[in-house]
Amino acid sequence: MHLPLLNIIDTVRQLGWGGAFELLRNGIVLGSVYALIALGYTMVYGILKLLNFAHGDIYMVGAFLGYGVLSILGGPLAPTIAMVPLILLMFLGGMLGSGVLGVVVERFAYRPLRNAPRIAPLISALGVSFFLANSALLLTHGERFNYAMYQLGGDPNTGLPGPLNQPAFSVAGRPVTVVQVLVVSTSIALMIALTLLVSRTRLGKAMRATSYDREAASMMGIDTDRVIASTFFIGSVLAGAAGVMFGLYIGETYYLMGFLAGLKAFTAAVVGGIGSIPGAMVGGLLIGVTEAYAAGYVGGQWSDVAVFGILILFMLLRPSGLFGAKTIQKV
Amino acid sequence: MSEPERPAAPNASDAAGRPKIGVDEWVASAEERHERSRGLGGLVSRGWEGSPAEAKLIVFVALASTLPFWMNEGELFSYGLYTLLYALLALGLNIVVGFAGLLDLGYVAFYGFGAYGYALFSSNHYGLHWQAEASIPLIVLGTAAVGLILGLASRRLLGDYLAIVTLFFAQAFVAFVNNSNPKVAGEGLTGGPNGIPGVDPLNFFGFKLHSTKQYYFFLLIVFSLAAVGLYFLNNSRTGRAWRALREDPLAAEAMSIPVNRLKILAFMFGAGTAGLTGTIFAAIQTGVVAGNFDVALLITIYAIVILGGLGSIAGVLFGAIVINVSTQFLAPSNDHPELKRWLFYGAILLIAAKIRPWSRTAAVFVGTAAFGFVVHAIASGISSDWTNGTVVDAGSAASAIRNWVIVPSGHTGFQTWAYIVLVAAIVVTSQLKGWWRMAALIPTLYWVAVVWENVLVQQSAVTALILFGVLLIALMQARPQGLLGTARVEIV
Repeated sequence: MHLPLLNIIDTVRQLGWGGAFELLRNGIVLGSVYALIALGYTMVYGILKLLNFAHGDIYMVGAFLGYGVLSILGGPLAPTIAMVPLILLMFLGGMLGSGVLGVVVERFAYRPLRNAPRIAPLISALGVSFFLANSALLLTHGERFNYAMYQLGGDPNTGLPGPLNQPAFSVAGRPVTVVQVLVVSTSIALMIALTLLVSRTRLGKAMRATSYDREAASMMGIDTDRVIASTFFIGSVLAGAAGVMFGLYIGETYYLMGFLAGLKAFTAAVVGGIGSIPGAMVGGLLIGVTEAYAAGYVGGQWSDVAVFGILILFMLLRPSGLFGAKTIQKV
Repeated sequence: MSEPERPAAPNASDAAGRPKIGVDEWVASAEERHERSRGLGGLVSRGWEGSPAEAKLIVFVALASTLPFWMNEGELFSYGLYTLLYALLALGLNIVVGFAGLLDLGYVAFYGFGAYGYALFSSNHYGLHWQAEASIPLIVLGTAAVGLILGLASRRLLGDYLAIVTLFFAQAFVAFVNNSNPKVAGEGLTGGPNGIPGVDPLNFFGFKLHSTKQYYFFLLIVFSLAAVGLYFLNNSRTGRAWRALREDPLAAEAMSIPVNRLKILAFMFGAGTAGLTGTIFAAIQTGVVAGNFDVALLITIYAIVILGGLGSIAGVLFGAIVINVSTQFLAPSNDHPELKRWLFYGAILLIAAKIRPWSRTAAVFVGTAAFGFVVHAIASGISSDWTNGTVVDAGSAASAIRNWVIVPSGHTGFQTWAYIVLVAAIVVTSQLKGWWRMAALIPTLYWVAVVWENVLVQQSAVTALILFGVLLIALMQARPQGLLGTARVEIV
């Protein structure tokens, strides 16, 4: 008789320390992608108290835009321009396109509902998410597009790994590839930039004021509509970057990828404490590592359920998250 | 004839649709009522409001009973049977979202529980062939118990958190059904991705339902009973408490309404209704697979409840008819493919006819027609392959479309660009004002037709889902209470 728990213990023994490190590495890379998406959630939630269901789909659009730049400039067999500018252009295209999309979504779906009951913008967000995902289905016919086709990840004829998948360094005999370093370092750089933006600039101050009390902020002469639009822009830019990073790392984009990633990133935001920027980063890493270990030790199909379990645990035991302040409901 | 003095609301000058703060509901909607009481529409709406609920039910049942006598088997299945099934499913969601105001995004999972439950008790899977009079009550109670568990786990969560937890719950349900196949009595419990085939038809005390007609009448009876039950529930002490909970949970709690118990109760009633619908669905489909319980169904059910009006039973039925009939029109297996074209252009014309004054409407229509012919002439002048593509499912209108809409052949990427340009054009047009908007409207309307013929009509099932998404966004802004719901009034 096979008990599932025994299987897990067996797998842990088989994989050993090296395997455990590999899973940790995968989890951190995946987690930094989630953390970037979670930042957008947490910023929008902090300022509007709105759960932006469409955020995951904006991330999906970012991944497709990166693929679009790659397919135009990358050439079918070898990149027509040098590698570094190509990757920079992919990030630029994905981030700017997603940012504009985020602003348009805010303008059309959320701004008219600014003073409506809470449930109205939520349903509107559901509609936007569904609209974006199905538009992508319509345009891609449900196909999966592969970044690796365009010579970033490797040579499909010889099977040799491309420059991005070369090991950069190794820990305990296990390689860490260039793309993994790229993903983690880009996401750290973006998070530092965001933290500086929020804490040091005029816009950041206006954002903090608006999220603290929108009405009072507008009385102090802050154009809150503009601040909210900029928040959406910044959040969506981060989601676009996350999309391109995910495409470079996993190599695949398809129309449904935004839905689950969005759910997990929201879980990350909740775990870290919604509204808190460092919380979103820590939460993202926690979710990514949990998912990687669940996939490695229990089975890939159970990683979503493991994340769900974490969400339920936090909801029951510490609903304000790791870094969140306890909110009191006032009349 | 002098009209009676209307009490002026404190902020009567406000545009309708904003929350009216500090006024009684009846007074707040006086403006709107006055507006509506004129003309033919006013006659209908007064007749609707004036007639008692029993009369509405009797008229509906009488009309619905005639359906099997003038529809063939296939039409009855897709238009009649599925409308009732959706309506019954939406009734349950209406309890949770409409009555109690809880945004439950895991509702479809309960539907799945019901369907899988029936499939386990009455199929060859385990060789159990329970009679429906035994299995259905058991499954409804079981699903309600699952609702109780989910409600208990999430009773303290506020709106958005509740939404995400329930959405994840639905996701976990699909993951479980698809991946987990634990052996119970020598057989996999859920059948994995293949689902459970060979489910028995409903069998009450030895009487088997086997034709579409019988299922239709059975569903009609079940729906009517459920509607009557919910009508009384809504007007009971519990229903009033739910409304209080929906309008303001904090105030409701301060009024010593047991908020947590009511939330759980709403979850249980919703789950039970979904479970009941699931059993009937499994019997009609004679099989269940996890793919039946996905987000697309969730959005469809939400579109039904929101279109009809949150909290309105008649609205649910109305929404189910509109949504299901348009879905079936757009389905690829539709016997009359030209119908979807009429439906689409009709809807566009109806929306465009909202432009005032009439002279502008006429100008836009004439302008769009002329614009189309000019563009077509230019395109065919440049190269014939811009206009010689094949028109899909055109029917009698084929030649008219051929000479007006450009349908290129052999231009890869045209579809993607056409769709993106359309979205951008709609965004730009909505931002323009006055004559500029009129001028931009003409090419936009023409481009709608181009995208429809080139992209949307070829994947009409996806189109239906896109339109539901747009419908949700548009309804939230234009009429958040839906067509038959009552507007929320904030009383300070």
